[in-house]
Amino acid sequence: MQDEPTPTELIKAVADFLRNEIAPEIKGHNAFKLRVGINALDLVTRQLALEQGSDAAEAARLKQLLGADGSLIDLNRALCEKIAKGEVDLQRPGLAEHLWQTTMDKLAVDQPNYASYKRELGNK
Amino acid sequence: MIEEQLGRCVAAWYPGATGVTGAAKLSGGASQETWTFDIVHASGNVGAILRRAPPGYGASPGRAAGLDAEATLMQLAHDAGLPSPRVMHVLKPEDELGRGFIMQRIEGETIARKILRDEQFAKARPVLARQLGRVIAGIHGLPATKLPKLREMSATKEIADLEREYRSFNWPRPVFELALRWLRERDPGPSKEVTLVHGDFRHGNLIIGPDGVRAVLDWELAHLGDPMEDLGWICVNSWRFGEIDKPVGGFGSREELFAGYEEAGRKVDPIRVTFWEVMGTLRWGIMCCGMMQRFRQGPDHSMERAMIGRRSSETEIDLLRLLAPRA
Repeated sequence: MQDEPTPTELIKAVADFLRNEIAPEIKGHNAFKLRVGINALDLVTRQLALEQGSDAAEAARLKQLLGADGSLIDLNRALCEKIAKGEVDLQRPGLAEHLWQTTMDKLAVDQPNYASYKRELGNK
Repeated sequence: MIEEQLGRCVAAWYPGATGVTGAAKLSGGASQETWTFDIVHASGNVGAILRRAPPGYGASPGRAAGLDAEATLMQLAHDAGLPSPRVMHVLKPEDELGRGFIMQRIEGETIARKILRDEQFAKARPVLARQLGRVIAGIHGLPATKLPKLREMSATKEIADLEREYRSFNWPRPVFELALRWLRERDPGPSKEVTLVHGDFRHGNLIIGPDGVRAVLDWELAHLGDPMEDLGWICVNSWRFGEIDKPVGGFGSREELFAGYEEAGRKVDPIRVTFWEVMGTLRWGIMCCGMMQRFRQGPDHSMERAMIGRRSSETEIDLLRLLAPRA
């Protein structure tokens, strides 16, 4: 068992330092790059917090949809093949809901401020 | 340095020019650069832009039309009265500046967030969509006989290209798979009319002033194809910058865009436009994945590239909103 603080706590501390102490001192193109870097750290903390739960739920839905078992990437590969061949389409009960939930879970990590995501969150 | 070379080059064709000043690189990867500079002249300095592939870089890769073709297209657009910078000089070997061209610098804004939010563009925003419709119609109407040699693109070929690129990433994405299937099933076939297509008509490639559009830039992806492609591409949600209820660049409606296009004597096929909007959304998603791929494999190990890879999920939600909207 690794010691504390957790990766999430460490990354958040670094991101907050960069955001609050360093960013105001930096100008020009490096200020832009610093913002990108802080965004990356924020993304990682969201992924660490959310990934386990969303991956488990995605795998459960895929097993149900496909009637098969396997790793998350293999299940996704199998679903892709079925969509490509036309064996599964939006008429298939559960497919649209699955794709929506999976995509919403990705946006919650990647880009929670994306306007389409915020709109759909409100529509849920 | 580049100012010396530019000075020698400019003196050879610009009467009265005594040199150049203020040369600064605006953007560029290894194979294509953009520089801004002023031509020094007794009657006042003249703003200019150099777009070039530096010496040692040959033909442009893949889909690019090539800098010579870009220069020809911009000049044609300018001569037709479309908002386009005047091309002042196409580089020659003796200029020793590589391949490319020098054009007039046009003042204005290209950053979408400023165009969508700043007070100085408040009067331009409500008229832009219609204006851009007229400009796109003008581009599509440029005389075919005067066009440089360009690749020809059809919906069928574009779907195949996107699919090949997506498969090369070897990362399963059910939403992209669904979009590819949707596109294949609705492929409208060859366009009745094949015209010049700008290929990247959107924010970032348009110079906007308080009065509206002043220049169309970056003809790198120009090709021959279905004119509805340009109308679909500018409606892709990724170019709305948060203003998702204004499909045209976050400032206007499809109706206004189409009205401008038809005012200029051309016909809109809304079903084809929607088809190309879906294609464009998928295309941008695949381009984001491509950036990630180059970040992982290539020499450009930058944070920006890595983070753009994570923007592909934005196009997945936009594709779902188009293909499987929730009740």
